[in-house]
Amino acid sequence: MNPELQGREFPPTEPYLVGREKVREFARAVFSTSPINFDPAAAIAAGYADVVAPPTFAVVVQELTLSQLLAAPDAGIDFARVVHGDQRFSYTRPIVAGDELTATLTVASVKTLGAHSMVTAESAITDASGAHVVTATSTLVVRGDE
Amino acid sequence: MTSSTGSGQALAEAIGDIVAENTYSLTRDSLVRYAGASGDFNAIHYRDDIAKSVGLDGVLAHGMLTMGIAVQPVVEWLGDRGFVVDYQVRFTRPVPVDPSEGASVTVVAKVGAITDDGARIDLTVTFNGATVLGKAQARVVLAGA
Repeated sequence: MNPELQGREFPPTEPYLVGREKVREFARAVFSTSPINFDPAAAIAAGYADVVAPPTFAVVVQELTLSQLLAAPDAGIDFARVVHGDQRFSYTRPIVAGDELTATLTVASVKTLGAHSMVTAESAITDASGAHVVTATSTLVVRGDE
Repeated sequence: MTSSTGSGQALAEAIGDIVAENTYSLTRDSLVRYAGASGDFNAIHYRDDIAKSVGLDGVLAHGMLTMGIAVQPVVEWLGDRGFVVDYQVRFTRPVPVDPSEGASVTVVAKVGAITDDGARIDLTVTFNGATVLGKAQARVVLAGA
């Protein structure tokens, strides 16, 4: 992997419009039974504008930025050797249906550990007003020759 | 985020208390459903031949699916009293999903720390008696805290 990736900021992704049915589909897929994920009336009663996305939903938007990183011609990351090491989501507020989200990835660090490399990518996700919603951080391990 | 205005809410639980636990039965169908919902179509999560070609015994659950279900007991315990402000895991062991037997994943959620505005909930996530997520922690904040 190219160590000069460290510190690089990628261009913001195209806005992603969070749909109500997408939130429900994702919520079903992670076995949620939480009414605020499915029922707009329950979400409104809890103080939200529409159905609330589960905590890991941000990965859908983050994924758009990880694709940028993996596709960067000078990154030298072989996707077939990539293993997901760590994942974190740090929220300012939950994602709700109707949000228009834009993500910007910064490579926080690149480390070498023996034959393996580790890249930590932070994707800051903001809403249409530019306000921070969540930062999704992944550490990817790229396995070397063994 | 409903009634209490002014004074913040507080948790009734103490450090070490189990707030929620649940067991989830994953099947190959669950993986296909998650692939579609998340957009992660890596074939090692639905094709044994591809999984074997990269040295695995067979299809594995998406790490992000395991992460996604592991926080659900916390979300459901919390209800609309607040939200999960921070959630992190380390993927330490894969979860193989047998085509006929599936895989049974158990989550135990325990109060790890009480904070000014909520709590840190520590998750123990196991498959076949072994932990599959490391440092799995969800920090919750209470509305009005």
